[in-house]
Amino acid sequence: MSSANLTTEAPWVRRVLIAVALAFVTLFLLVPLVAVFWEALAKGWELYLAALVEPEAWSAIKLTLLTAAIAVPLNVVFGVAAAWAIARFEFRGKSLFTTLIDLPFSVSPVVAGLMYMLMFGANGWLGPWLAEHDIKLMFAVPGIVLATVFVTFPFVARELIPLMQAQGQDEEQAAMVLGASGWQTFWKVTIPNIKWGLLYGVILTNARAMGEFGAVSVVSGHIRGETNTIPLHVEILYNEYNFVGAFACASILALLALVTLLVKTLIEWRIARQREGAKERTLEARLAPASTH
Amino acid sequence: MTSRIVLSALVAFGLSAPVLADVTLLNVSYDVMRDFYKDYNPVFQKAYKAKTGEAVTIQQSHGGSSKQALSVVNGLPADVITMNQVTDIDLLADKGALIPKDWAKRLPNNSVPFTSTTVFLVRKGNPKNVHDWADLVKPGVQVIIANPKTSGNGRYAYLAAWGAALKQPGGSEAKARDYVSRLFKNVPVLDTGGRAATTTFMQRQIGDVLITFENEAEMISREFGRGSFELVYPKLSVSAENPVSLVDKVVNKKGSRKEAEAYLKYLWSPEGQEIAAKNYLRPQDKAVAAKYAAQFPPVKTFTVASVFGNWEAVAKKHFADGGVFDQIYAKK
Amino acid sequence: MSLLNRQHSVLPGFGLSFGISVVWLSLIVLLPFTALVLMSTKLGWSAFVATVGAERVIASLKLSFGASAVAALINAVFGFLLAWVLVRYPFPGKRLIDALIDLPFALPTAVAGIALTTLYAPNGWIGQYLAPLGLKVAFTPLGIVIALVFIGLPFVVRTVQPVLEDLEKELEEAATCLGASRGQIFRRVIFPAVLPALITGTTMAFARATGEFGSVIFIAGNIPLVSEIAPLIIISKLDQYDYLGATAVAVVMLGLSFVLLFAINAIQWWASRRHGGGR
Repeated sequence: MSSANLTTEAPWVRRVLIAVALAFVTLFLLVPLVAVFWEALAKGWELYLAALVEPEAWSAIKLTLLTAAIAVPLNVVFGVAAAWAIARFEFRGKSLFTTLIDLPFSVSPVVAGLMYMLMFGANGWLGPWLAEHDIKLMFAVPGIVLATVFVTFPFVARELIPLMQAQGQDEEQAAMVLGASGWQTFWKVTIPNIKWGLLYGVILTNARAMGEFGAVSVVSGHIRGETNTIPLHVEILYNEYNFVGAFACASILALLALVTLLVKTLIEWRIARQREGAKERTLEARLAPASTH
Repeated sequence: MTSRIVLSALVAFGLSAPVLADVTLLNVSYDVMRDFYKDYNPVFQKAYKAKTGEAVTIQQSHGGSSKQALSVVNGLPADVITMNQVTDIDLLADKGALIPKDWAKRLPNNSVPFTSTTVFLVRKGNPKNVHDWADLVKPGVQVIIANPKTSGNGRYAYLAAWGAALKQPGGSEAKARDYVSRLFKNVPVLDTGGRAATTTFMQRQIGDVLITFENEAEMISREFGRGSFELVYPKLSVSAENPVSLVDKVVNKKGSRKEAEAYLKYLWSPEGQEIAAKNYLRPQDKAVAAKYAAQFPPVKTFTVASVFGNWEAVAKKHFADGGVFDQIYAKK
Repeated sequence: MSLLNRQHSVLPGFGLSFGISVVWLSLIVLLPFTALVLMSTKLGWSAFVATVGAERVIASLKLSFGASAVAALINAVFGFLLAWVLVRYPFPGKRLIDALIDLPFALPTAVAGIALTTLYAPNGWIGQYLAPLGLKVAFTPLGIVIALVFIGLPFVVRTVQPVLEDLEKELEEAATCLGASRGQIFRRVIFPAVLPALITGTTMAFARATGEFGSVIFIAGNIPLVSEIAPLIIISKLDQYDYLGATAVAVVMLGLSFVLLFAINAIQWWASRRHGGGR
């Protein structure tokens, strides 16, 4: 910390940069957010709360949370595996592989929904087979999960790859040389090193999973109280000129994003404390080796 | 490994669809019909219970008309489908063989329980003096229309304009085309849906005239206040028909034909027609129409079929890629 | 480093991690893509070319990719700046700003579009001050860029941020001790380390922007040849049950994005190999 003045800019540069960044955030993020809450509360708290406890809104909230709870872990497993393969090994076709992972970003969400429809819809490749066996994928929860997995597919991997590349693999190699097994190395060295990147990835995946509209809209069927997620419900309300309700539900998504960030901050704080605690304990242990187990 | 777990999890979810004791009907409808069915469903449920002792649960699904129809073709298990264009129901017969080709003959009035018509909304006091179609193409008049390529509302508006120009004294195909292309030169924003167009007009205060359905105008006045705009009926407009049908393939499989049929037939009952009239949809029932005559000024209307032949031809000629609508814009 | 990089016999798990990735990639991405591409081949070559070569389609593709590129560049500059400020400088309200960055993800895109239109329409909070200046934002291509900047921002910030956090200050300190100026350090030490992440983030923002629909339609105006984006063309084709035409445009969009992404990834891969030992 003593070297802080060596590795930072002159105060005026700092202030200008902060000011520019703040201005940008205000213009592009803060004002739209305020607009959402402004509209949501335009007719008072009672109407705002009423819009949220309404059964259809409630079922949309539950469905959204369920979808995220399934889609996020799936993509975390994939993302870590893909990042490990890409950042730690050289193989042919790596660029192609990386590009394919990115591809879901550039697909218009509507097209994503369409693709699944071409596969699983009643007239799709597997549609007749699914219908015969009474398996409902489209216009039901599995379809919504699939579409969500698709649109959030690259986040974790994309977050981890540059990070793991920047970190290099010296530490892992050292652990291996010292006799740790592959899994031990992974859990004890890699995961602690990438945890922030991973957490960002999870937060992004989660936020996007809850907010996705286009792809889900194609495969959901819009059955009220059953296959409507929050974003779909927002659209419905907006189209009913129920602006308060629409923005109230939208504000829930914004709040969920803020809550995930709060959770992240909490985790950060606890880990920092644990570390300090651990330091103290090792100190104590050193001072009185006999007293500890 | 992972993939197998994923698959089985997905399958398990698919199978765990809710099991309900009563018959459940899924009514797949388009955006604007929400308010009507919100009123209609409980009345039907009560009447049906009184008549048969059977309870029916009704689920609603709303969205863009064509998109909803496509979903049904792709497997959305709709017992009944209630749309705002004949093409959207024809699609079920053409693409999915879900209903017979002559579905329209199964219910009265070609399966159209109520109609609406395309009208103008102008700002308070009608500052631009808009009274008929010809006023819309005057320089300096901005008109808000939903995109005819993506919305039924926009399609009816386009067809109303075309038909009205065609039926003018001395009107011709070429003049209609010229009129419509001048009309769309006055359109600053093409929203993808009727409701979005309304928002542009009312909330953003863009444009001098909004072209939309009569029943929508009523909905707008409920939501935005009656004093903020005026309604103008053109001398000639289109009759917007709202066809309904049950989906044979689904009701046969589910065994819900009886209930679905009753649900649709009840639309023509005096009670059903009255709910329609209260939602500013023009009823087919003469007695109900007479009772609510005050809120439906007589308008000369034409049907799409009478001017354009059938919907399929309309779609092909006007709205398909490279069709008249595209050409209007390409010329600029 | 680059030598070790090629041996990498030390670390295990290639088979497992690669296997999981490939299976999942195939299931979720490749299989549906194949369905899409096969569908579009049903159209036949000449019809495909006619569909895609139509004036409106070309104009919309230009608009979508052009506006996305502009938005991605804006995001590269301001996203980097934001990440920098968030990682390096303490200031009041930092946590809040950090939290706000994810907002564009969490808000359903349609809500974002509506909120932005509310702000930038001629009678909106911001638009009313711009209108007298003759600056029209909503319902013009400028509005599209604004919406795309909004949805793309978190990509850049969230990719650059972890790398900046991991950057070892010792390097900078050493450089300072050796007499390097702040500008030199930035150019020679910080920027090269962050560059791969910055490219990744910008690429993701760009890729996401080309396909964006929900937030754009509200603010775009959707006038053919002027402010009609490619995804809208796809939707309007679907609304006419023109599956084949829709998939044709979708395939072209995908192809273009794929080529762009591939080129960027290749450059990055090449750069990281060249830069491999410079950590």
